[in-house]
Amino acid sequence: MSRKEKTVKKKSKNQWKAWLYLTPMLILLLVFTVWPIFNTVRISFLCRWNPDLGAIVGYNYSDAMNGAKYQFGINNFINVFTTGDSFLTALGNTMLLTVLTVPISTMLALLIAVALNSIKFLKKFFQTVFFLPYVTNAIAIGMVFAAMFGMVWPNLARPPVSVGIINTIIEAFGGKYINWVDSGSSYWANIAVLVIYIVWNALPFKILVLLGGLQNVDKQYYDAAKVDGASRWRTFWRVTVPLLSPMIAYVVITGFIGGFKEYTSIVGIFGDSMGPYGAPGKLNTMVGFIYDSIDNNQGKASAAALILFAIIFVVTMINMYVSKKKVHY
Amino acid sequence: MKVVLEHLTKIFPSRSKKEKNAEVVAVNDFNLEIPDGKLIGLLGPSGCGKSTTLFMISGLQEPTGGKIYFGDDDVTKLAPENRGIGLVFQNYALYPHMTVQQNILFPLQNLKGKERLSKEEMLKRVSEVAKLVQIDEYMNRKPSELSGGQQQRVAIARALVKMPRVLLLDEPLSNLDARLRLQTREEIRRIQRDTQITTIFVTHDQEEAMSISDYIVVMKLGVVMQAGKPQWVYDDPANLFVAKFLGTPPINVFKGKVQGGKLYIGEEDVFDVPGVEDQDVYVGIRPEGFLLSAEGRLSCTLSGVDVMGRDVSVVSTNGASFNPVVRSIISADELKNISGDTVRFNLKEHKVFLFNRETESRVYFGGQSAAHAEKLAEMEAEGTFHASHEGALPREADDKPKTETAASRKRGLFGRKKSR
Repeated sequence: MSRKEKTVKKKSKNQWKAWLYLTPMLILLLVFTVWPIFNTVRISFLCRWNPDLGAIVGYNYSDAMNGAKYQFGINNFINVFTTGDSFLTALGNTMLLTVLTVPISTMLALLIAVALNSIKFLKKFFQTVFFLPYVTNAIAIGMVFAAMFGMVWPNLARPPVSVGIINTIIEAFGGKYINWVDSGSSYWANIAVLVIYIVWNALPFKILVLLGGLQNVDKQYYDAAKVDGASRWRTFWRVTVPLLSPMIAYVVITGFIGGFKEYTSIVGIFGDSMGPYGAPGKLNTMVGFIYDSIDNNQGKASAAALILFAIIFVVTMINMYVSKKKVHY
Repeated sequence: MKVVLEHLTKIFPSRSKKEKNAEVVAVNDFNLEIPDGKLIGLLGPSGCGKSTTLFMISGLQEPTGGKIYFGDDDVTKLAPENRGIGLVFQNYALYPHMTVQQNILFPLQNLKGKERLSKEEMLKRVSEVAKLVQIDEYMNRKPSELSGGQQQRVAIARALVKMPRVLLLDEPLSNLDARLRLQTREEIRRIQRDTQITTIFVTHDQEEAMSISDYIVVMKLGVVMQAGKPQWVYDDPANLFVAKFLGTPPINVFKGKVQGGKLYIGEEDVFDVPGVEDQDVYVGIRPEGFLLSAEGRLSCTLSGVDVMGRDVSVVSTNGASFNPVVRSIISADELKNISGDTVRFNLKEHKVFLFNRETESRVYFGGQSAAHAEKLAEMEAEGTFHASHEGALPREADDKPKTETAASRKRGLFGRKKSR
């Protein structure tokens, strides 16, 4: 037997062992990840004529159990866009929040990471402070935010009393209170609160990644920049940012993906009505939209999930394409 | 530009709070006047403070004490970018995201005020420098697409583009392979000659320093041991450290003593040293200082011969030697004269150096002291740069005078001589 054959044989033997060790994890993945994905695609294309309602309805689990027969069709996708304007509202809210929060949180995280990297005194303390949101429950933070921005209406005859700390501060500086999140609050006030919350919540992970990247940057580049006479500002833009560009790209791409899946922040602040009191669904997002129909129309929910996937996929592709041009090595 | 270092001292504070006395004196009262337009090699073993000295000259590290002058300007407190230096880092520190051209351009783009050049001038300057270091074909490549030698040249170009008063190179050749190293050191020599910029480079490789420097400065524990033309330092070492540091193969060191005007190595009296006081000495003999002779007064036990072509290196052992083996280089023609287990040598007196066993400083004998004085006078007259350390040598805690010779090391674990 030649040596090559021997190594091939040895390899295949080892391969079986490798598969054996991988099996438990693969089974879990198949059951809880691969099958649901496959099933989502399948369900999204199932629909049937419901004579009781006189309409085409999407897949429903309990109906299917009771013997309803479904056919292949794209009705669910049409349904997503035609049932009221709630999907477009959700899409608009999601896009707006993503477009606002990703750049803001990335910039802030970069500045904070650079600052953290350059201080020695109290560094550990500040690191802990900035990482706190990462280990705190998002719903809990949301409720705290709701309290901070909140107001109280004891009765409708009297003007509202502001008790939230934010309005208290605004009034202490002589400003007029703003109805941030309560009944009758404006859309942009809601969005402002959400942006603040999401940015603050997204910071720790980004700071962590960027700080890790910064600590890996060879100090000699900074010495070289010093000898070359670069100002701190130029060093930041011409040396630090390009050297961090792979990390920044990573943070932006995951930020976009996370942004399109935004849901818990709205639930945390506004409850699962997805809007201030009296205006449910005003701040609904794509994931919220999916959850809305998951109980009685899994077909529509699946179709919406696929649409969300397609959007995230396209946006990520664009991100990758741009970062290939901008990320340097 | 002349560079003057006055009482330059660098003390690194103790890192841990527990050991308050763990501060490290990297450079200790360093005095040196580096002449204008020359290529100077700072040479020493790792940890001798040579890189620290370089970084203090560059301004990246602040001296704990002392002054640095460029010409007549005191630059001790100046920031690196205001000193007019070019610095080439050991691993080049080229910005990986910039092309060769952008890398070289970067220092020029940082210039402000009236120093700032127009865009065309900048590009012209960049292409001139690139031509000088012969990197102009690769202007649009990224550093990762270049070989080590080419990266090195880009780094030199980046250092030169601002037309520095002083060019500093930190271990410029240590990241290159052997062949490229030879080529690149010629290149550095050529660039330095072409530009006439005072160039200081740091190395631990004595051969590298000897071959291209106009002057070398040998350092130990932050102190100048000897400085001057490489050949002079090699031929007339001021102390044992310098003698041991220079030369390949390294100098052979023997345990010896001077008694009644005779020099003994072990029990053998090898030659007369009239006028030298009785004392214990180290005897340093350069490998080329041995003469094969049937009546030779130094006898060694032959253990092998390394043929190197023109010359051969005779490897032998001697009980009084501190080195495990005695290496002597003789002409290949003399090889036939070796027979039997014992080789006998006479010694060329100008290749033999004596050092006091306590202070490790040089003990001149015979014609050596006259030759030394003559050489010093000649260098004074020419104005040649030279310096040598006087007084006791700096020592590390564990660096005591050696008494253990190859013979005493051979004894077994329990102090008995190993029987065959």
